[in-house]
Amino acid sequence: MIDNDKVNFHFDIDGDNFTTAGEASVKIKKALRQMGFSADTIRRVSVAMYEGEINMVIHADGGEADVNVYPNKIEIILADKGPGIPDIEKAMQAGYSTAPDDIRSLGFGAGMGLPNMKKYTDSIDIQTEVGVGTTVTMVVNV
Amino acid sequence: MKIREIVKLLDARVLCGEELLDGEVNSACGCDMMSDVLAFVKEQAVLITGLCNPQVVRTAEMMDMRCIVFVRGKVPPKDVVALAEDSGIVILASDERMYVACGKLYANGLSGGSVVSD
Repeated sequence: MIDNDKVNFHFDIDGDNFTTAGEASVKIKKALRQMGFSADTIRRVSVAMYEGEINMVIHADGGEADVNVYPNKIEIILADKGPGIPDIEKAMQAGYSTAPDDIRSLGFGAGMGLPNMKKYTDSIDIQTEVGVGTTVTMVVNV
Repeated sequence: MKIREIVKLLDARVLCGEELLDGEVNSACGCDMMSDVLAFVKEQAVLITGLCNPQVVRTAEMMDMRCIVFVRGKVPPKDVVALAEDSGIVILASDERMYVACGKLYANGLSGGSVVSD
């Protein structure tokens, strides 16, 4: 779907299935590779999106992901109708996690999700309301 | 180090990617927490883990890793192997424990590699 000089990719993230979590990020990685972006840019976008996707599956019963590719930047928007984040400051701390123990046995819940998303992107904006949902917008400049 | 040498050092079975064993790897990471792999590893070629789910393969793919070694005798399910095959990632299975597997590779010159800076 081409709108002016933006290319949009849209995904519905299934919240019930941890096994398929990350599929959208893998697809984005392949699409960006075909579009000819550098390995570093592709890695930053796909890791940030992957962490966000995992977060939506763990905490919010899934949601929607949009990736907008512009000539000079890549924007990742992750929106869910989950429980919201009561304390963003804490959530941004490396090592802080509210994930249940069974998630840790799957290799996640180390409290590195949001810190990794911040680390790999040029900007991150989190709009969240307890009981309503969360929208995370990340930008990686090209 | 060639992936073929890892097979020898860890007495590992090759579950997929037989044709990629001559690929060179420069560094390794031993970890069961995937977010730590995503945080601290860059250009790491080998992931050594005891975790056996599809997210291990996706994590390795995100970080452009070339090879995953499952330790402690764990054998990943077929769908996990198929995912790696699609992504061009070699899967090895070894009976060594994580500590010993890492030690053997490190002692033979495979380093921990660099860390992603903030």
